Formats: sequence, C-alpha cells, structure tokens
Amino acid sequence: MKIHEYQARKLFSKYGIPVPEGEVCRSVDEVKKKISDEDKLRVVKAQVHVGGRGKAGGVKLAKTKAEAIERAEEILGMNIKGLTVEKVLIAEAVDIEKEFYVGLINDRNTKSVVLMASAEGGVEIEEVARVSPEKIIKMPIDPTMGLMDWQARKIALQLFSEPSQVRQAAAILVKLYQLYVDTDCSLAEINPLVLTPDKKVMALDGKMNFDDNALFRQHKILDMREVNEDEAKEIEATAKGLSYIKLEGNIGCMVNGAGLAMATMDMIKLYGGDPDNFLDIGGSSNAKKVVDAMNILLSDKNVEAVMINIFGGITRCDDVARGLVTALDEIKTDIPIVIRLSGTNAKEGLEIIKDYGLPTVSTMSEAAKKAIELSKK
Amino acid sequence: MSILINKDTKVIVQGITGRDGAFHSNKMKAYGTNIVGGISPGKGGSEVDGIPVFNTVEEAVNATGANASVIFVPAPFAGDAILEASYAGVELVICITEGVPVKDMIKVTPILKQNGTKLIGANCPGLITVDECLIGILPGMIFKKGNIGLISRSGTLTYEVVNMLSESGLGQTTCVGIGGDSVSGLYFRDLLEMYENDPETKAVVVIGEIGGDAEEQAAQYIKDHMKKPVVAFIAGQSAPPGKRMGHAGAIISSGSGTAEEKIKAFAAAGVPVAKEPGDIPGLLKQKLGIA
Repeated sequence: MKIHEYQARKLFSKYGIPVPEGEVCRSVDEVKKKISDEDKLRVVKAQVHVGGRGKAGGVKLAKTKAEAIERAEEILGMNIKGLTVEKVLIAEAVDIEKEFYVGLINDRNTKSVVLMASAEGGVEIEEVARVSPEKIIKMPIDPTMGLMDWQARKIALQLFSEPSQVRQAAAILVKLYQLYVDTDCSLAEINPLVLTPDKKVMALDGKMNFDDNALFRQHKILDMREVNEDEAKEIEATAKGLSYIKLEGNIGCMVNGAGLAMATMDMIKLYGGDPDNFLDIGGSSNAKKVVDAMNILLSDKNVEAVMINIFGGITRCDDVARGLVTALDEIKTDIPIVIRLSGTNAKEGLEIIKDYGLPTVSTMSEAAKKAIELSKK
Repeated sequence: MSILINKDTKVIVQGITGRDGAFHSNKMKAYGTNIVGGISPGKGGSEVDGIPVFNTVEEAVNATGANASVIFVPAPFAGDAILEASYAGVELVICITEGVPVKDMIKVTPILKQNGTKLIGANCPGLITVDECLIGILPGMIFKKGNIGLISRSGTLTYEVVNMLSESGLGQTTCVGIGGDSVSGLYFRDLLEMYENDPETKAVVVIGEIGGDAEEQAAQYIKDHMKKPVVAFIAGQSAPPGKRMGHAGAIISSGSGTAEEKIKAFAAAGVPVAKEPGDIPGLLKQKLGIA
C-alpha cells in the first residue's frame, strides 16, 4: 500500500524527523483558508502515487500567497501519468545547501532491512544507482538489534563532516528505522534529505510503502489509504481473494496461481497478442471466486476475448467449471471465451461446460493462440 | 537418493485441526508420507485421521522423533509457528501459509541460522520426493519417479511443467516449490548445491520469476560449481515495468530483476531458457543427449 507525500511527512513529524511546515489542500478555497497571508517562498506539490511529478509540471514555486493560490489552481485537476491530482501540498520552501538520499527497504538477498544512503540526493537517484552504484552506501540491519547507534553514525559520517550535522543525520536515521519497523513498511525514503544554509538537516520529501500482508495489524496506516480507480478495482479483487492487476491489452486472462498467470500473459505476448490483465484466482476451489473473476473481466470494456487457463492441483477443475457456468448464466456476454482445463477433475469440468458451446483446448499454448484469433474477429 | 526428504522423513503438521491442515494431512498420508503427529494448542491428546495431536511442537518431537514440520496456521501466527519448530530442533520446516508479513520473515531469519533450521517458504506449495514423501499441497498424481530435479518459485506453473515432464518420460527425483515471497527460506542456490551432490539427479529445471536476483545468483552458482545440466524458465517476461517499488526497489536490484537480465545471466552460465513451458522437456532431452 502506498501513501502520499503529505501523509509520509505527518508520520515523519510524529517520529521527530524534521520537515518544513506544510498544509494539504483539496481545493483553491482550502488554500485560501489554510495558508497564512504572509508572502514567503512556498512550493506547491501535486499529491499523486507516481514518480516524476516535477518533470510533469506538478511541482511549482510561489513567492506570494496569491501566487500559491494560482499555482494550486493550475495543479489541482491536472493529469499526471493517467492520475488526476486531487490534492496539493503547500509547503514552506527551504534553502538548500546540499541534498542527500536516504532509504530503507526489505532486501531479499540479505533477508533483512537494508539502509541505503547517498551524497548524490535528488530526483536522479536511480540513475546514480545504475551508473555508479559505489556512490550508494548499503547497510543490512540485524532485526534482533535494530539500527544500532554506531551504524547510524557510520552512515551519517559518510554524508556529513560537521559533528552537529552528523548527530542530526544519525538521529533521523534511527527514527526512520523505528517508524519503518513500527508500521510494517516495505519502503521508506527521504529524498532529498537536505542540509540548509543555517546547518539544519531535514526531510524535504518522503515516500513510504507498506507491506499489504501486514495491514491486518496496521489499522492506523490502513485508514490513510487513498486510491484511484484502477487501484480500487485491484483492492476490490483482493477483498474477494483474487489477485488482479489491470494492464493495457485486450485479452482477459483468468488463471490459478501467480506463476502460471504470468506465464499465460507471456505466452499471449509471445504469439503476438496483448493481455488485458493479470488475474490469479488462487489455489482453492471456490465457485464464487470464479464468478467474481468473470464479473471483473466481462465488465472491462477493453476485453475482446477471455482466456481461462486452469491447471488443477488442489484446485478442482469441476469446481471452476461450476463457477464458470454460474457466471455465464448471470452475465450474458458476446465476448468469446477460450477454456483450458487440465489436471484434477478436468474431464468432469469439461463435461459441465460442454452445453455452453465454448471452445475448449488441451494446452495453454493452444489456448493462447485461439484467444488471440478470437480477439481479432 | 534424493534431496531434503525421503521415505524415512518423519513429518508433523502445525495447524492440523484447521480446514487446510486436516485436508492436506489426509492427502499427504494417502501419498505415503510418514505423518507422525500434528500440533494444535489446546487440542493435545485428540486425533485427526488417526494422527495423534499435541499441544506444542516440542511435545510432538519428543514423542515421535519428527524431523520435519509443515505449517498451515493462519498468516498472523505463521512466523511464531516457524520459530516454535526451530527452537524444538526440527531440521526442516515447510511453511505453506500465504500472506505472512515480511517483517515476521525477517525476524525469524537469524534464529533459523542460529538453530541450524532449514526453511522452505512461506507461501509455497511444499516439496516431494517422488514415491517416497510429499510435504505440502502438491498434487501427487502428476509426479513420476525419475532423474530430474526441479526448483520453482511458483505453484501451479510447477504442476504444469511437472506434468509435461512426466508425459515426455522425464521423471523426477525431488521437486521443491520455494515460494514467491520476497523474503523466504531456501533459495535456488542452496538447492542447486544439494542437487549437484545428489547422485540420483541427472539434470535440474529452474523455474524463476521476475523480481529480485535469486535467478542471477543461481546462474552464478551454476557457472562456478555445477557439472549437471540445468534448464530454466522465467515467468513474467511480458509484465510491464513500473509495477515495482519506487527508487529503492530499483536501486537494490540495480543490474538485476528483469526477465531480460535473468535470461542473460543464465545464458552466460550455459543454461538454456525456455521461451514457453512446453519447450522445457525438449531442452532437457537435448542436454541429456536423449533422442
């Protein structure tokens, strides 16, 4: 789960990580009400769940209150990479002497949280990682000890030289780690962490993602969730026990198992088609799930053909077939559907759907070819 | 021979009285797995399908000499179940449970190391040594005894591939589903080493996925240490970029993670990567010199 920058800043503040003053506003009226009449340099920032906001024109400076209102008016409602800006953050602009990058992430390799830091802060950090990975310091954290003071100090010493700045930075790292662990984060970044001309170290922008598997115990974090339309569909699917990701193509896929679902998408691509989605109905035999999945696919206006690929192991093909038949009785559709059932109770499953006149094939490659062919009609 | 488990492996089931635990205990037993006990706190002394139930893993181990445990408990309690098995001295723990928080998996990692416990999963289908021992939720009937080892990050895709192997006369020794979570127990590398040392296994299939760099590490290990032929498949070659975890995700996997990079790493190790799962049996036969 992702949260917006303004929400990450709130969490930072709560944990004592210094951030510049700011207000989040949903409308121009709110901007007029919330920000002080004082004319000072402010930055108006679109709050959307994508990177590259600055380049897309979603981050602008304002010298006066009047200007801030104008900038907010321009940015609110703006479309950034397909997302509509519904909120802006208006923050006090801070003079910057130097920018740094600090991040925490769950690392598969060391099977631990890894702290990363770089003196090359700012937006192009990915480029730094690609071109000169040696400029990024990485430190795995022992989960039983947490981020120890000496570790935080060691990292801070590589970014700063003045003792007071080292102290400030180390304290921020320790607090960020505590926040990360307390809230079951999967990613927490301060980018940039800045040094101001009056030698204060503070977080100028923050990004936090959370482990979806841990949301059951993170009620306060879950309350912060704000979603767009595509995400809403994905979350609805999750609530029904389905794993769904919307893509750009026209062939709807319904598969059991994530790996097989990915392999199915790959195969459609391999034969020149374009998958509309990733949809994994999971491992259990539950006819209701199949009905829900078919509802998602058949209500999608981009879908021109549906490919169902089931390899029954624990999932029983006859259960899937029963769900499918129920779905087809409920939802009348002209969209062609190709079915491949293999494994446990495949014969029984095929028997159940035989009266529906749907094309059935025995391998996944045949299914992919047939679905592509039907999508072109 | 085989790896990790065989007909002598004594298995206990944590969460045996739950719906999935009870169902699969029955299936495993029917396959011939030596299920010696189950754990369900508060239900010690009872039985499930003739299998004795204990309150704690320690009691079960003391009473039965179990050396492997399979976990079916719900996700919020799975981390603790792994720790309980590890502290009870169980050598091999298989966690089937899906949706375990990453933080819980990170916490158990140093404890497993300290206690010398091997973990498979979480979020995995388990493993099987054909005709001897099945631990987990794999459909036993698709496997055939033979000389191929298989390691996979996926469940159903594994069944798909195993089915193709069995149908083309390529039976298996041990097949392991390591699970798809970001932080989990044994990785490809650890298992490749076991297969290389298993006299019965003649070739290995690796089924990877995009994300992380377990495949790249596997490729490096194969290049440096393996004499046995390996064939690979990578799922997710068509997945769009952008469905990833911001800057830090890209940074940590800098130079790895995409299907392209994984295929390149395998190619450099002399491992052919199948374009689609259906190509795997053919590639294996080529490598093994079987017409």
